[in-house]
Amino acid sequence: MIAHAIFFYTFSIIAVVSAIMVTASKNTVHSVFFLILDFISISCLFIMIGAEFLGMIMLIVYVGAVAVLFLFVVMMLNVAQQKNQWFAGQQSSRHIPVGLIISTLIFFEIIIVIGGWKYKPEIFDINNSLSQTSISNTHSLGQILYTDYIHVFQISGMILLVAMVGAIVLTFRQRSGLKRQSYIKQISRERAEGVEVLEVQSNKGVKIDD
Amino acid sequence: MIDIGLGHYLTLGAVIFSIGVIGIFLNRKNIIVILMSIELILLAVNINLVAFSIYLGDLAGQVFTLFILTVAAAEAAIGLAIIVVYFRNSGTIRVEEIDKLKG
Repeated sequence: MIAHAIFFYTFSIIAVVSAIMVTASKNTVHSVFFLILDFISISCLFIMIGAEFLGMIMLIVYVGAVAVLFLFVVMMLNVAQQKNQWFAGQQSSRHIPVGLIISTLIFFEIIIVIGGWKYKPEIFDINNSLSQTSISNTHSLGQILYTDYIHVFQISGMILLVAMVGAIVLTFRQRSGLKRQSYIKQISRERAEGVEVLEVQSNKGVKIDD
Repeated sequence: MIDIGLGHYLTLGAVIFSIGVIGIFLNRKNIIVILMSIELILLAVNINLVAFSIYLGDLAGQVFTLFILTVAAAEAAIGLAIIVVYFRNSGTIRVEEIDKLKG
């Protein structure tokens, strides 16, 4: 139990500090790295409390895909160079106290809800699938993900497909003046339009306009 | 304090959620940091769902965390694509200068 407490406090302090650094860091690249650190520590917490599959998936999806995507965009847009120019005119900061007030309000509302929240242990069946540790977390998740939640699972696959198509369509740019290969034009070519028989007279050239 | 329970995880989720809200409010640098704050908020929601799922012994919370993960990945991809297109068209992604819609 003491080890649990030590690990919880270590990882949660790392997570909170890196979350603060994500919003407070002046360099966007540093923000992305702190976001990665945040995801790693939260996935360590998930693994610690027994959701191993989600912890690993968090590592793969967030650190492997989303954070790299962020880094790629930050590097591609070259934000770091414009930073000095942006911070040259540091003017009105009226929004800062408003934002702080609203955020602390939200925080205390959530804390009040949590503090006053109790549940009766007898409502929930304690002896259900999670407490019996004969099958692993991944196994039991798979057993209900592909049976009870199969439609939601397929809809989430559709969401990913639509997101992929949308991202490609948004960033696709048709350049003009570029010679491309057109398969349909190549396939639908026929002899009549491709070959022309000319009567060539001797000592005279043939002019073919192309 | 030593006995880690559900409340500790919910408090951690609340703290990270509030930091994400602060990040959305305070940021005037670029819109990428705002997207990262949205990711932080979704992460806080995931913490809450997983903590409840573990402590109530119900796997539905973890399944929904998976779906939130999916939606977050899709949202990040689309948002970053929009940012790239906007930067290509107008040359800046500074939040104060994005006022084409006159909002």
